[in-house]
Amino acid sequence: MADGVKPRVKAPKKAAAGEVVTIKCLISHKMESGQRKDGDGNKIPRSIINRFTCDFNGKSVIDVAMEPAISTNPYFQFEATVPEAGEFKFTWYDDDGSVYEESKRVAIG
Amino acid sequence: MKIKAVTAIAAVLLSTSVFADEDAELVVNGEIEMVTKTAAPAHLSDALDEVLSGWRFRSDETQLMQMDDFDNPGMVAVDAAAEAWDAVEGSEGKSCASCHGDVADSMVGVRAVYPKWNDAAEEVRTLAMQINDCRENKMGAEKYGYTSGDMAAMEALISVQSRGMPVNVAIDGPVQATWEAGKDLYYTRTGQLDLSCASCHEQNYGNMIRADHLSQGQINGFPVYRLKNAKLNTAHARFKGCVRDTRAETFKPGSAEFIALELYVASRGNGLSVEAPSVRN
Repeated sequence: MADGVKPRVKAPKKAAAGEVVTIKCLISHKMESGQRKDGDGNKIPRSIINRFTCDFNGKSVIDVAMEPAISTNPYFQFEATVPEAGEFKFTWYDDDGSVYEESKRVAIG
Repeated sequence: MKIKAVTAIAAVLLSTSVFADEDAELVVNGEIEMVTKTAAPAHLSDALDEVLSGWRFRSDETQLMQMDDFDNPGMVAVDAAAEAWDAVEGSEGKSCASCHGDVADSMVGVRAVYPKWNDAAEEVRTLAMQINDCRENKMGAEKYGYTSGDMAAMEALISVQSRGMPVNVAIDGPVQATWEAGKDLYYTRTGQLDLSCASCHEQNYGNMIRADHLSQGQINGFPVYRLKNAKLNTAHARFKGCVRDTRAETFKPGSAEFIALELYVASRGNGLSVEAPSVRN
């Protein structure tokens, strides 16, 4: 696991049934592109988050394939409809095989 | 005359649409109310009527980023520093927390009064100097580079505990000589462009410098997350950048000159809120 990787999510705790809510997700990650060289001219190996997904009660909300051109600390903001109470599950997939997870419960009210 | 009046109205309309809302107030997370505009401190009243935070000079989008901790990229560094606060380092087997406990309790108000006089060392100390003194002498750990990312993050973590509190830097007593030296520097023209700090930040704030608005050069928001380099920047790194832009040889970050300048510039913002980590372009 890379150093200093920390997922963060901001989602409302409550929503009306059928309401469209804004969700913000950020993961601190250096997103090394694999195209840079170090001081000695050696290639720095690629190490990025290559996929980000969000599920709501097991149903896919968003599924993003990420490429090396995406900068440090990738941030996604999107809207999702909340049909019922449940849980948003967020998953980030690292090149090194690590999987980072975060979840947020939303109540109806 | 009529044409002139119409142009004036057009200019007013244009300025409100182009520039950030003049009356906007900075409230972070919907709860921390910041003072971004207040009467100039007494020592500055000859030169300025009001002191303005750099936040007021930024575009709506940049302003918004600072109004929510999730949107403020500087908070990522604060999180990292919170881990460093609890991490044991150095030969003494101590972390910051070993002596200072919870950062949220022990560091409240600290940022607002720095740089300040240290009785034991008989010198003016910046927050960065104090952090390094702790690391070197209390923890037996290696010092942080004066303007390094680790230092900026630790300063930001300490500053966050004082957010919303007014900057209140002492300028009299034992610090007075240093403060005077800082003031001299502020008004001394340097470099091939022959500019002093005051040339831009006192006489021309609000005007354009190339594609950007000149601010008053207040440092109540430091360390600041700058969009241009996507990291936290310390006050001394910024001073260095400014002096370099006058095409002069710069003083070193952590030098006596910049410590004096930091004290003086901080005192120009007495009354503004501690905003760090702020977001600027």
